[in-house]
Amino acid sequence: MNQPASAYFLEERHDPNETHTLSVLVANEPGVLARVIGLFSGRGYNIESLTVSETEHQKHLSRITIVTTGTPMVIEQIKHQLERMIPIHRVVDMTLTGRSIERELAMVKVAGRGEPRVESLRLAEAFRARVIDATTESFVFEITGNTAKIDQFVELMKPLGLVEVSRTGVAAIVRGAEGM
Amino acid sequence: MKDTVHDPNQMTGAAMVVRALKDHGVKHLFGYPGGAVLPIYDEIFQQSDVQHVLVRHEQGAGHAAEGYARSTGLPGVVLVTSGPGATNMVTPLTDALMDSIPLVCITGQVPTHLIGNDAFQECDTVGITRPCTKHNWLVRRIEDLPRVLHEAFYVATTGRPGPVVVDIPKDVQFAMGTYHPPRKSDVHVSYAPRVKGDAMQIRKAVSLLAGAKRPIIYTGGGVINAGREASKLLRELVQVTGFPITSTLMGLGAYPASGPNWLGMLGMHGTYESNMAMHDCDVMLCIGARFDDRITGRTDAFSPNSKKIHVDIDPSSINKNIRVDIPIIGDAGNVMADLLQVFKAEAKKPDVKAWWQQIAQWRARNSLAYKPSNDVILPQYAIQRLFELTRGRDTYITTEVGQHQMWAAQFYGFEEPHRWMTSGGLGTMGYGLPAAVGVQMAHRDSLVIDIAGDASVMMTVQEMSTAIQHDLPIKIFILNNQYMGMVRQWQQLLHGNRLSHSYTEALPDFVKLADAFGAHGIQATKPGDLDDAIMEMIKVKKPVLFDCRVAALENCFPMIPSGKAHNEMLLPAEANDEATAKAFAGGKALV
Repeated sequence: MNQPASAYFLEERHDPNETHTLSVLVANEPGVLARVIGLFSGRGYNIESLTVSETEHQKHLSRITIVTTGTPMVIEQIKHQLERMIPIHRVVDMTLTGRSIERELAMVKVAGRGEPRVESLRLAEAFRARVIDATTESFVFEITGNTAKIDQFVELMKPLGLVEVSRTGVAAIVRGAEGM
Repeated sequence: MKDTVHDPNQMTGAAMVVRALKDHGVKHLFGYPGGAVLPIYDEIFQQSDVQHVLVRHEQGAGHAAEGYARSTGLPGVVLVTSGPGATNMVTPLTDALMDSIPLVCITGQVPTHLIGNDAFQECDTVGITRPCTKHNWLVRRIEDLPRVLHEAFYVATTGRPGPVVVDIPKDVQFAMGTYHPPRKSDVHVSYAPRVKGDAMQIRKAVSLLAGAKRPIIYTGGGVINAGREASKLLRELVQVTGFPITSTLMGLGAYPASGPNWLGMLGMHGTYESNMAMHDCDVMLCIGARFDDRITGRTDAFSPNSKKIHVDIDPSSINKNIRVDIPIIGDAGNVMADLLQVFKAEAKKPDVKAWWQQIAQWRARNSLAYKPSNDVILPQYAIQRLFELTRGRDTYITTEVGQHQMWAAQFYGFEEPHRWMTSGGLGTMGYGLPAAVGVQMAHRDSLVIDIAGDASVMMTVQEMSTAIQHDLPIKIFILNNQYMGMVRQWQQLLHGNRLSHSYTEALPDFVKLADAFGAHGIQATKPGDLDDAIMEMIKVKKPVLFDCRVAALENCFPMIPSGKAHNEMLLPAEANDEATAKAFAGGKALV
């Protein structure tokens, strides 16, 4: 093994990366989001998407949905690191449940006249996107769906006068009668 | 209306802090006053149950509290002011987090209405200490203070222990509120560390252990943290199974160094026999250790043919660096008690004679050997003499970080837990002297020795003044080679012997320095003078700075070179230039 002189063992790991969606139930208290984000940046984990909002006001609970990538060992480590934080109630790996529904919402602004404008509207219909704002030279579309669907829609809008996109990030829930 | 004057639970926030300390049995705290904690200091002045130890720098308070905690098993308590007081605590907090030491650090904060204003001595204490604490709190309302104080002690001392910070703005310290004693509801419902191991996993572990042909027990600081009972159980487990045992730097003393099954410390500067046994074993029982990179060497070649059982109270330690076969989440003592019970009931002592014969061959390599000298004091010899001359006494050892620390771990035999205080995870130079202050505070009549290096000791030497003030006769045994020895060793091995800034040109005269502090100074330069000098150090009833002049260029062996596995150790007898160059091949050109 050829490595530069170092007091550390420099190893590359070659396990393939996986993408997982984690649902994290936390006490809604000051600093809790900073703790979660700090864990990810401090330990070098990836955040692909992060969504957070209070979900149960009476119990002071918030739900954080995180989409992350890493080797299986890293994903397992992320879950354990989250679980041991004091204000974290539960961590569920939605991807492992195999029964999770994931959605995000995007608002997509497209400007143009003539044929591209008509085409964008046609495509919006095909994607079940709603027009939530319109001027004579622009539309704002609201679209919900999984990440791939939104990516695809945004990609299609690019040549048709895409101005900007605002996305919520992924929210996820498990199918069936039981809650997390 | 309730008559608040006669309600004994009506008090200021500052009074609540001191009251909570008493309710949690705190006898000593280490600290340094400043503007934002003056109300608490005023309360401390007016009572005598909790004794305050004034340090000379907040970092000293933190390490003293760590030493106190590690030598007693109780939480160490620190009180410092806002801003620089808090930022100076970052090193000890990180140190305590890495080594799982329970600390409760109370910091003053600027008044709530000034938070965020860049006020004098303001800093974002909870923001800065978030990554270096197990948990922290900013208490903005007096109503929350009693609950948070109690939760802080609970979180610090349960599960995997660790440091916590409670940041209290000055107006909250002045505010009146209602105190309540500790109660269960003070703690987050989401915090429930698991203590008892899973019964099925324990059965599986026992059947693996019972069938082992080349077993090893590898323990760490978790056994020490699990309390004295855990060390007793470990000794019983070793005796019942007949297995060899090794330990990390953090776990020394849980099993006695004089015990028949002891292989010595493992890892980068561990013994040849322990590392070879780790590499060649077929069953590994890891208890309260975390497969740290100083332990494993190259992870893809780590103990390739063994089944691994890992007992740890922290689920995040499992499969972090090394994949294990049977994880058991739980307290080390609790799980060992269950393991023993099942083992005794269902298994018989496996036949591991052949394995012990193999180990005897490795032992015969005598990996800790060094060339003795009549002219200069070799650092290894100095520690051996220190060990022999303090043997049988009521002794506690702390260290700084570097070569002297490794030699102390190799050559000082620890018989009991809680006797060895060293900065393992963070590797904090300057830890040992203030840690000795904390240890001596808890054990006034014991012999407390900081085995130090000349470079490390300079980092916190101001705490000698603390030792004098509080009449703490700590002994600072400095292995003085005028180098940052471990840095120099790496530069020799990996950076072409270019000794970039690892030589200390202008060290003080340690004997005169001792004198200046009002302590006792001793110097030894010849091997023949060493024993008398050590005896003098032991007998003096004052703090001592012992300047032990040792061979300047001695290096610490055996050693696992970087990128190598356990079975590729460099032994002292073989560490000539050519072998060293080969061992570090791939590194830069060597001398």
